[in-house]
This record gives sequence, structure tokens and C-alpha cells, in this order.
Amino acid sequence: MSSDFKPNIVGFLCNWCSYAGADLAGSSKMEVKPYLSVIRVMCSSRINSNLVLTALLWGADGVLIAGCHPGDCHYEQGNYYARRRFALLKKIMETLKLEPDRLQLSWVSASEGKRYAEVVNKFSDEITKMGPNPIHKNPKI
Amino acid sequence: MAKALKINKNTEEGLLQLLEFLLDSEKVEGIFSLKKLNKNGNIAYSLITNKDELKGAVPLDPHMPVNAGKILSHFTLAEKTKRPVAAVLRPCELRAFVELIKRAQGSLENILLISLSCGGVFPIDTMNNGDAKKRSSSYAESLKKAENSPDVRKTCQSCDNFLPQLADMTVLTVGKKDADKECIIYLNTKQGENFAKDAPGNTISAEIESSETEKLKSKRKENKEKLFKDFEKTGNGISGFSRVFAACLGCHGCGEACPICYCTLCDFDSKTCEYKPESYESELEHKGGLKIPPGTLFYHLGRMSHMAVSCVACGMCSDVCPVNIPVADVFTKVGAALQDVFQYSPGKDIEEPVPSGTFKEEEFKEVGEH
Ligand code: SF4
Ligand code: SF4
Ligand code: FES
Repeated sequence: MSSDFKPNIVGFLCNWCSYAGADLAGSSKMEVKPYLSVIRVMCSSRINSNLVLTALLWGADGVLIAGCHPGDCHYEQGNYYARRRFALLKKIMETLKLEPDRLQLSWVSASEGKRYAEVVNKFSDEITKMGPNPIHKNPKI
Repeated sequence: MAKALKINKNTEEGLLQLLEFLLDSEKVEGIFSLKKLNKNGNIAYSLITNKDELKGAVPLDPHMPVNAGKILSHFTLAEKTKRPVAAVLRPCELRAFVELIKRAQGSLENILLISLSCGGVFPIDTMNNGDAKKRSSSYAESLKKAENSPDVRKTCQSCDNFLPQLADMTVLTVGKKDADKECIIYLNTKQGENFAKDAPGNTISAEIESSETEKLKSKRKENKEKLFKDFEKTGNGISGFSRVFAACLGCHGCGEACPICYCTLCDFDSKTCEYKPESYESELEHKGGLKIPPGTLFYHLGRMSHMAVSCVACGMCSDVCPVNIPVADVFTKVGAALQDVFQYSPGKDIEEPVPSGTFKEEEFKEVGEH
């Protein structure tokens, strides 16, 4: 893949943890790759399959969902549901060989600025390596 | 050993006799069964309250004009039936009904569930073909030998889940060699036994699973594995998937016919998914071309993510597709994969919550740790 490919990644960040974690990474002046378009959601359980599929079918090269660690959800159980939904969609992508690696879920707490930077940088590298998502540039789809 | 009712009539007549008894004795107020509509071979589900209307009922006819689970859900959604109704339906229809009840879309109360060991159904579009007689006699022969009839839906030929779960009564058809002379109806529940009390026939004890049902099961399993493997050859990956659905009209008929798709307003028919002029514009801006109608892949993947974990493998979706897309091949395959992940068996246990509506704290531990 040509090295000037700049991926377009959608990041759904939970307001209470990962979004704050992103803030912390920023205010601590950590280096974070600039490919993530952040969408703040009130809880990782706000994410449903339609949102992820919309992103992947209409322009995103990758989708990152980040929420509070299990047990720490602001709404107590939201991320457990989110985890199931993620597992379900991932399994569909795996079964149909629809490049499941373009979808990731990571737990990042409000105090984990460093982890946030690592997660985003690693995922960005992986997506860059994968190259552009073949779906959304294909006029036959 | 299970209890069973043995009737010295051919299997369909035996069942009809029982249905007539249920009506006559006022144990039930109505019968829900397939019925002949005319001489051209048209068959539809009917509700029958008058004994005379039972003439022409063909409860075991191998057609599924609509998945009965969906119909029973419509009947019982607003209110449970006040008086008992006996419903004759196939195992996948019963599974669908149970899945719908779990989603608060109906009620089992006052319904006597009569199902059968199922040999499968013919595709709907062959219903009026002139060869009906010939096909049904070869179907009957296959059933006796516990073999697959080549005329039934592809999905049926690879369905290894043909013994009903949760039925009050089960009519034996698979491997029933003397189906022309004798009818066996298993009484699986207390409710089944109560309704059959005083019905003409003898009570015997017998086991529904036999070497015959096992034989068919393993054949069907084999077919299923082959079906899934074959799909991989052509349907894998984004290019394969879009090839499978290339001819899709976006009519959403598959979802309309699917018993699990119950939403009154489907997401994909709603304003949110409508293409507006600016949607076309922005897509064309980065694609330079756009397949019309747009959004078909989104529809199938989205619908799948909503319901495939509960797919009961009835094959309705393939059957109704106007452009012969093997929708059920994809949905049953993905369904099986999802059911495996969640250790979920659609329609098996009415108390078991639908996977998306529950969770366990100690599961999917590896998820999220990246
Ligand atoms: S997806 Fe197809 S095979 Fe599965 S339940 Fe719906 S109609 Fe039946
Ligand atoms: S029934 Fe066939 S054409 Fe219609 S939406 Fe489903 S797959 Fe597409
Ligand atoms: S509030 Fe953060 S995952 Fe629920």
C-alpha cells in the first residue's frame, strides 16, 4: 500500500471514559495519530450495528468503538450489551469474510490517556496497512 | 417413553379425525390449519370454527404459503385468544412463533400446538404446477423411507432441526412406513394429553426419535455443511457478497416474509435510510458511479445483524425473492455461526432470553482488551 494513504477512521467514544481519556491524552500532549473522526456518544451501548455498518459502507476505513471497562459503565450495564453487539457484528463480518479487522472495540477509562494514544496509534497503523476499504469506492456496491 | 395416540387411519385422516374430535367436543373453538382453496391446488392457512369447513383442510400438505409463526403472532399480539385454538404448524414455524413471543409479539396461551416430524415443504411458486399429484406421491414415498424429497426447498433439504420442540402434539411422518394405514400422534405435554383425552384411538407409548429420524438428520446435516461450504466458494468477501446480491431489487420482500422480522416500521424502510438528493450527490462525489437501487448491501447486512441469531431456517426469504437470490443460504449460514457464538437455539426454550437482550458478566473476556 502506498505510504501516503491516510485512513479515515470513525471513533465512537463513550462520553464518560474514553472521550475523557482522549482529552487527557491531548492535555498531556501525547502523540495521537490524526486519522480518527471522533463521535461522542453517551455510552458504548448507544452504538448499534446500523451505525457501524453505515460508517463502513459509506466511507470509513475502520471503526473504533471505545467505552468504559466492564464493570465501570456509567449506566452500569451498557458496555456489557455493547460487547455482545460487537461480538455479533464481528462474527457476521468474520463469517462472510468482510474484513473484520476493520472493526475494533477497546476499553479505555478516563484516566488512561496513555492507553488511548496507544490504542488509536496501533489501530491507525493496522488500518493504514490494510489500505483503503474496498467497499466505499466501489461503484458497483 | 412418550405417550402417543394411535389411530387406524392414514396419517392425514387420523389427524383430521383428532381435529374434528377437538371441535366436536368443544375442547377447542377453532382450528388453524392449511386448507385447499380451489381445485387449482391453491392452499392457504385458514381459521376454522365450523366442522363442515374442516373438509378440505390439509394440515400436512407440504407447502408453507406464509410462515405460520408470523400469523399466530398477529392473532395473539393484541390479546391472547379467549377460547382454545388448535394450530397445526411445522417445526420451523413453531420456532418462529416462540421467537416472536420472546419478543413480546404474541402469546401461547390457549393455543394447542400440533406439529409434525417434518419432511420439508415445496417452494411456493410450484403450488399451481400441474404435477402436484405426482410430486406429492413421490414426497410421501421419500417420507416413508426417511429420505429427502428432491422437490422440497433447498433450505428444508439441509434442515436437521425437523423434530419440533415445545409442541403439545407431534404427528409422526418421517420414516412412518405404514402412513397409509396408521397415524401416530405423540402427546408431548400435559396439555397435549388433556386435549387428547377421550379422543378416538388407542394410547400407546413410543419414542419419537428412531433410527429413521437419525438417518434423515445425518443426511440433512451433511447437506447443510455442503450448502455452507458451497456458499463460501462464491459468496465470501465483499466482492462475493455483492455478487450474491447483485440482482437485488431492494424490494425487502425477504424481510417481509421472514417471521423474525416483525417490526411494524423497519429501520430500512424508515426516513433514516431514505436516499435524498444530497445522499446521491455525496456518494457520487467520491465514487463516481452508484449502483441503483442503492443501499441493498446495507439492508441485508443490517437485517442480518438484527435477526440472524434467531433465524429459524424456514427458507421463506429465498422462496419469495423475485430474482431467486439464495437469501436463506446466507442467513442460515450466518445464523448458525451466531447461534454458535451465543450458544443459542432459536425456538427451543421460551424462557431463554434473546441474545441481544441479555449478557453475562463473565463472557467475551478477550473483547476490548486490544
Ligand atoms: S432469514 Fe430466511 S430462513 Fe431465516 S427465519 Fe427469516 S425467512 Fe426464515
Ligand atoms: S426479496 Fe430478493 S430482491 Fe427483494 S430485497 Fe430480498 S434479496 Fe433483494
Ligand atoms: S458509560 Fe461508558 S460504556 Fe457505558
